[in-house]
Amino acid sequence: MDSETTKAPEQPAGDADSPWRRVQLARHPGRPHSLDYIERLVKEFQELHGDRFFGDDPAIVGGFGLLEGRPVMVVAQQKGRSTKQKLHRNFGMPKPEGYRKALRLMKLAEKFSRPVIALLDTPGAYPGIDAEERGQAEAIAVNLREMTRLKVPLVSVVIGEGGSGGALALGVGNRVLMLENAIYSVISPESCAAIIYRDAGLAEKAASALRLTAADLLHLQLVDEIVPEPAGGAQNDYDQAAALLRDALVRSLDSFAAASPADLVEQRYDKFRRMGSYFTDS
Amino acid sequence: MAWFTRDKPSVSTQRGGRTVKTEGLWEKCPGCSQILWRKTLEENGEVCPKCGYHFKIDAFARLKLLLDGEWVEHDKGLRSTDPLEFFDAQPYKQRLANMESRTKLPDAAVSVTGTLNRRKVNVCALELKFIGGSMGCVVGEKITRAIERSLAEKTPLVIVSASGGARMQEGAVSLMQMAKITAGLMRLDEAGIPFVSVLTDPTTGGVTASFAMLGDLNIAEPGALIGFAGPRVIEQTIRQKLPEGFQRSEFLLEHGFLDAVVKRSELKSFISRALDFFAGPVT
Repeated sequence: MDSETTKAPEQPAGDADSPWRRVQLARHPGRPHSLDYIERLVKEFQELHGDRFFGDDPAIVGGFGLLEGRPVMVVAQQKGRSTKQKLHRNFGMPKPEGYRKALRLMKLAEKFSRPVIALLDTPGAYPGIDAEERGQAEAIAVNLREMTRLKVPLVSVVIGEGGSGGALALGVGNRVLMLENAIYSVISPESCAAIIYRDAGLAEKAASALRLTAADLLHLQLVDEIVPEPAGGAQNDYDQAAALLRDALVRSLDSFAAASPADLVEQRYDKFRRMGSYFTDS
Repeated sequence: MAWFTRDKPSVSTQRGGRTVKTEGLWEKCPGCSQILWRKTLEENGEVCPKCGYHFKIDAFARLKLLLDGEWVEHDKGLRSTDPLEFFDAQPYKQRLANMESRTKLPDAAVSVTGTLNRRKVNVCALELKFIGGSMGCVVGEKITRAIERSLAEKTPLVIVSASGGARMQEGAVSLMQMAKITAGLMRLDEAGIPFVSVLTDPTTGGVTASFAMLGDLNIAEPGALIGFAGPRVIEQTIRQKLPEGFQRSEFLLEHGFLDAVVKRSELKSFISRALDFFAGPVT
């Protein structure tokens, strides 16, 4: 387990509601990571490893357990906290085998009619030679398509950084939640600033332009619900953060209790089909 | 100080008059550095006759290459609402307007119905010149509607990609187009309607990581850059030079992610034969 005691974390400076402050909170070194939530929410969690093709990717953790007595499959992106853990988890940047493991476990849950909870927390899919060689794009693409036809409820939660396609690869849920201080974006503010202002130092400005906060995503109708965090951010109280997430997850899962497999696929399709913002010019 | 001064200022040598205008008549091949006559290149489908280098071509040239002649264009009126009210060097709305006047296209995708060797097909082609062929909500909506059209009419779908990925200026709305399009492709897959994905230079990011890799066939033109992360991003991450040929079509073929690398001149007949195989010969 990656949870370990941390020093009392300092609060990032800046306006409490500024997008840049949310970015800093979402990446806060003391912020609870997936395993911190799993430890608190999922009783008798049993981790399952491997994609059955190539290997096991520590940047994605998966397994089964009980959420308030309900059997659930969990797939989650995991960052490290200490330097050693960070390296082990590849800074939360999954490789193709991680995405394929996640899909394998989602399919396993589907086979036995168990709901799936996906926790999203990654700077992005790993941009490396080996990842490209093994088909990073293909792995993400296949996950997107297969999630859209999953016959069990899938609830995706952005708990920290929702880094572009690498996060979305676990994010095609029947319900998509976002923690209050989480971010979800097509590109990191630093990369965006490097492109549009030719200066990665202007990330703060880019963070505002990208509309990446939970409130923005809710406003754009791309997520369904914002999960509140303890005062000052989830890093201040893991137990309370977990309890707040538990309530939202239980409510979400219960809302699909009566849905048939066909309903679930239909509802998920309709939800994503509506996303977009265009008009017709005659 | 000049050594000589002209004592008769009226004498002038008309330098401009002696030059012959050659601009645009010749093109240097990035593949073999040969100087090629523009017209020869055009006649050869924008492929270098010396080394086979495939020059980039625009969306309409692509449609001409693949379709029999006439086609009907769909959803020409779709425009982005600029959901983020994005502003960089200029407001995004202004950028869109500038792009439209330059490319004569409202956004980065063209969606048509036509015939390919007499078979009715829906084709979407991305236009690289329009903000790098990037996918925002208009591209997402056009492709999704093309998929729905294919579903309703049981018509095969061909998507020709040339794109840097999801469009930054539309933020997470662009990102979600990946999910929207793949959801459509899931239905196409369940209905057993053929989808051929053609990857051309370059196809990267969220486009590769969604529909471009999900064809019943994924085929690419020779030498196309295809990947998830762009080569510069990878170089910055791993801090070393990338090997020669990395992320090119041939590399992807070798690693098992393409069904075939197909020359531009053979693309149409390849797709035609594939559709014959999938859906039976045209009656």
